[in-house]
Amino acid sequence: MSVTLLQLHTQTEVPLEAEAISPARLSGLSESGIEHQQVMHGNVKAKIGDFFKVTGKGNSNLHLEGDMSNIKMIGAGMSQGKITIEGDVGMHVGIGMSGGEILVKGNSSDWVGPEMSGGRITIMGNAGHMVGSAFRGQPIGIQGGEIFIHGDAKNEIGNSMRRGLIAIGGNTGDFTGVNMLAGTIIVVGEMGIRTGAGMKRGTIVSFQDAPMLPSFEYSCTYHPLFLRFYLLRLQENGFQRKIQDKHLNGKYKRYSGDGIELNRGEVLLLSR
Amino acid sequence: MRINKTEIVDTFAEAFEMCGARVIITADTKQWARAAAASMTGFATSVIRCKLEAAVECEIPEEDTPDRRPGISVLLFTMSSKTITGQLIDRIGQCVMTCPTTACYNGLESDKTVVVGGKLRFFGDSYQISKLINGRKLWRIPVMEGEFLVDDSFGIQPAVGGGNLIIFGSSKNLALRAATAAANAMREVAGVFLPFPQGVVRSGSKIGSHYKALIASTNVPYCPTLRSISPNTVIPENVEAIYEIVADGLNEGVVQEAMRRGIHAAAEKGAVMVSAGNYGGELGKYKFYLHEIAK
Repeated sequence: MSVTLLQLHTQTEVPLEAEAISPARLSGLSESGIEHQQVMHGNVKAKIGDFFKVTGKGNSNLHLEGDMSNIKMIGAGMSQGKITIEGDVGMHVGIGMSGGEILVKGNSSDWVGPEMSGGRITIMGNAGHMVGSAFRGQPIGIQGGEIFIHGDAKNEIGNSMRRGLIAIGGNTGDFTGVNMLAGTIIVVGEMGIRTGAGMKRGTIVSFQDAPMLPSFEYSCTYHPLFLRFYLLRLQENGFQRKIQDKHLNGKYKRYSGDGIELNRGEVLLLSR
Repeated sequence: MRINKTEIVDTFAEAFEMCGARVIITADTKQWARAAAASMTGFATSVIRCKLEAAVECEIPEEDTPDRRPGISVLLFTMSSKTITGQLIDRIGQCVMTCPTTACYNGLESDKTVVVGGKLRFFGDSYQISKLINGRKLWRIPVMEGEFLVDDSFGIQPAVGGGNLIIFGSSKNLALRAATAAANAMREVAGVFLPFPQGVVRSGSKIGSHYKALIASTNVPYCPTLRSISPNTVIPENVEAIYEIVADGLNEGVVQEAMRRGIHAAAEKGAVMVSAGNYGGELGKYKFYLHEIAK
């Protein structure tokens, strides 16, 4: 498969909003056409060519090289294709994506995959706050798709998510799954405090113990068969070392909550 | 035509279009998966009175099942896509959901699907939970043991029902030995099942009856006890017992292959004659000519 290569040649202190860097926008364009696509450098209009060297015609397979930790909205609205980022990436990666795949080989900033409804985002390093979360003031977070963070993630993972899967290979901060409406969050490591606060439905899984809010009540210890489907899916997607037989076959303590909401959510903690 | 000493009658089996589904049952152990499958395929020999034909297709090793537990594949056929939904709901709900440790998954990729788990979920009394995993929608229904897991939708497809062989033997024991060997060989074909007990039928039927209320009755020309009084008997002098094997399959090719294997297995075990049942070719969509198949 041919690749469109974008190499960062000019670093920027002011964040660059580059929603044009998406297969949906670049497919079919010539090198020159790609270089002339608009990006926002702060509040100033600029072109992709001002920051990137472009090699190859636009197609659905984009390869980005350089430190993009200050470049936002890469992969905005993508519905197919693949973006591979060799390095770190800035906020809002994959915003509004409905299909395709984004692979970040470094770390990501906050707000991975906001308003996502399909496709997959993989962060090989750590992620910031608000992974798969609703924007402030919005009632619903991601409505589908998969977000895989192989390292740690910070606070409010999956805030108000409605559907989809978020998997964290390391630890998470506070308020994991806050205000969840549905969907599934799996955390291999430890979660911070106030897990599932305000959740109506949905599933939060952790392989470690976690401090539970008083509005969550213990139901039983059992083997949730459905969880195998998620864990096998994760094993197929780079989590082979972190998902072990004891996780696949183990029993989990089920807590129902949040009692101040519908009380139809659940937190499943691997039983020792 | 002869294979060894067995005469292969120059005739054809007449088969019908049906609607098929494949269900994968898994459980913590093979024994519980088998128990659910046995229950699910009970009273499912013939659409004439059972409204459904069903049987175990094969056992599936745990590494090949959706949840990596021991599994069993069950094929279920009805006469139309309208009737299969109700049968799936009834039999999964009453025979699989009730069986300890089991889960139930769709085993047929098809463009056409029917909602099954999405109906059974109401048993959860509003506490059921759906999960969408890589495009697969599952329902978690709370039960006294924990949870029953079932696919939301099951694939259905046109299928072939009523492929058959009629096996003649010089004694009951020899006829049954040949029929059993044929059934065992036919069952090995993927996508084929034999709906009758161990695949063998002793009470083959013909259309119609002396009694107006019955749509089918005993196959008089094939009953040894009536040989001397039936004007249209087909039983040679050296035959004392006859068995039929009915084979249903997901397509014409697998039914034909099963019949080919069955003919040769019956001949190898010393059947006097192998024939097939048809209705003059007027009713069924499919015709399986024994001489062509046996080549």
